[in-house]
Amino acid sequence: MVDVHLRGIVKKFGHTIALRGIDLDVEDGEFVVLLGPSGCGKTTTLRIIAGLEKPTKGKVIFGNRDVTYLPPRERNISMVFQSYAVWPHMKVYDNIAFPLKIKKVPKEEIDRKVKWAAELLQISDLLDRYPHQLSGGQRQRVAVARAIVVEPQVLLMDEPLSNLDALLRVKMRSELKKLQRRIKVTTIYVTHDQVEAMTMGDRIAVMKDGKIMQIGTPTEIYHKPANMFVAGFIGSPQMNFIDVTVSEEADGLSLVSEDFKIKLPPDIAELVKQYTGKTLVMGIRPEHIYPEGFAPSNVKRTVKISGVVDFVEALGSDTIIHLNTGSRIIVVKASGTYHTNIGEKLNVELGLDKIHIFRKDTEEAIL
Amino acid sequence: MSNEKILTSRGDIIRYYTYRIILAGLVIIAVVWIALPFIMTILYALADPAQYYDPHVIIPTSYTLKHVNQLLILGAYQATINSVIVALITIGFSFLIGLPAGYAFARYRFRGKDSLKLFIVALRMFPMMVIAVPLLVLYFKLGLADTLVGIGLAHTSMALPFVILITSSIIAGVRVDYEEAAMVFGLSRIGAFFRVTLPLALPGLTAAAIFTFIMSWNEVFIAAVLSFQNRTLPAFILNLIAGSTDFIKFAGAFIMVIPALIFVFIAGKYLVRMWGITLK
Ligand SMILES: Nc1ncnc2c1ncn2[C@@H]1O[C@H](COP(=O)(O)OP(=O)(O)OP(=O)(O)O)[C@@H](O)[C@H]1O
Ligand SMILES: [Mg+2]
Repeated sequence: MVDVHLRGIVKKFGHTIALRGIDLDVEDGEFVVLLGPSGCGKTTTLRIIAGLEKPTKGKVIFGNRDVTYLPPRERNISMVFQSYAVWPHMKVYDNIAFPLKIKKVPKEEIDRKVKWAAELLQISDLLDRYPHQLSGGQRQRVAVARAIVVEPQVLLMDEPLSNLDALLRVKMRSELKKLQRRIKVTTIYVTHDQVEAMTMGDRIAVMKDGKIMQIGTPTEIYHKPANMFVAGFIGSPQMNFIDVTVSEEADGLSLVSEDFKIKLPPDIAELVKQYTGKTLVMGIRPEHIYPEGFAPSNVKRTVKISGVVDFVEALGSDTIIHLNTGSRIIVVKASGTYHTNIGEKLNVELGLDKIHIFRKDTEEAIL
Repeated sequence: MSNEKILTSRGDIIRYYTYRIILAGLVIIAVVWIALPFIMTILYALADPAQYYDPHVIIPTSYTLKHVNQLLILGAYQATINSVIVALITIGFSFLIGLPAGYAFARYRFRGKDSLKLFIVALRMFPMMVIAVPLLVLYFKLGLADTLVGIGLAHTSMALPFVILITSSIIAGVRVDYEEAAMVFGLSRIGAFFRVTLPLALPGLTAAAIFTFIMSWNEVFIAAVLSFQNRTLPAFILNLIAGSTDFIKFAGAFIMVIPALIFVFIAGKYLVRMWGITLK
């Protein structure tokens, strides 16, 4: 189909700067997710790609054509709006059929496609209704159906599943992903649901305050976050961040916090040597801390920390333990079968190969 | 909970019904306030003169169409047609100019928008008395004097500020993303306007059209100044009934009111029925 490139996109609305220089390359047929907190500029980015908004600076390129100044209808795109924008004066059927009618698709084919999309999104029973007779989630599915019946070069989706119940959302995720694989349409998908991003995206662009903080595959984003924001935004419960000082001792470098000390193996020591005497931030995900004796056999290098159980959340599949190590709380994610009680003394093992180290000033990752 | 006694407070019930009764009373007063003059006008327009002058009869029992017929024969019939034509011309012109202007006000941000809006409202502050005579002179030169188009144009200038402001707020009430969705799915801005925004704005625009119709229908001053033979209904009646008896006056009012009522009812029905729903 087509590849999409954003070059130095800046967007100002009066005095608010919504986008501060977005560079993004989406390959032909790729599924890229824009992920970020509310107000970070996801919708604005999508609207600029759609041509509904002109960037203050920068270029939008489809293939090798600069489309920055093209009106939306000449871009051969399709979009699910965050607000759905399902036309209230048309029945569901006509809403889905309308884009095809505009493109002068033969009637039988329109009918076939509308029924197919309705089937896929489980709204076949609703085709004869007006939008005001639908629930929010049903309306949202109409918006998705309308976007997928046309065969666009670029499919833009702005939180298309945000209003569905958990079960339907999981099902729709896989349906959309399968569909996208089959028709190989270049897709840019906005969400602030990280699970959705991880499961659907070929690549994820994590955004904050109008900037892309990191772009990479779900694995890269999870295992090699480029900065503290990405590290903290991805993963649940959130990564533990602990201020540590790099200190040199007789037998090598250590990371020293108020509550514990971690002796660094030579490979990690090499990376932080230049920060000796300085404060860094160590990050470790709750799922990479294990109650003593519960570390998987493939986790070789661990460091022991002890504390008192402050709070326990039994989620069934997991048990989340808040461990008070003296001056701070460390969150540990153990298996659901693991039991402990508030007030108990507990030793945990920290997977040394899973720690992240960030600079305190720039919040950039060192490791 | 299941075996406890559920208490219904008498006070709550009394309060509920008191509110309902007060509300109903207010509605009745409002309806009577509006409907009574209409009913009186119609009754007296059709009343037998003998009963009309009888101080003991409040509601006449015998009716006649004599006075109304008299008026119609004297020219009220042609004047009614003139009035309808003028009103339609007014609606046509004022929407042709006012709708695009209203759209621009609703959808675009531009420098001086607020001052321009204020300026449009300020136009209405010119007393018609002041411009009527110069306008007549101008109309003579242009050959518009005593023509229906001429009156329609004058009425357009009167209705236009209203139409611009009201259409802009109606269009602002149709969410932009409906229009944007239409543009994404293959329509131009103009196409999106006609196929999405206009249908959605239609109930509101119909109401605005009704109002414009009534404005033109009731306008008497300019119409009387600018026409001599081709009079609109109010101008005609004003001219005719000055020295007439009371029931002729009522008959004049009757002829004025009935077509307007019919128009409002038809348009009102259409308003409610559109899309079978009231649009949000
Ligand atoms: N039309 C506008 N006028 C002024 N400011 C705007 C406009 N549209 C967006 N903004 C601002 O730009 C920033 C980015 O908005 P945007 O809608 O892109 O966020 P988002 O990432 O989609 O958020 P959400 O997840 O809540 O949908 C916000 O600070 C918002 O207030
Ligand atoms: Mg958004």
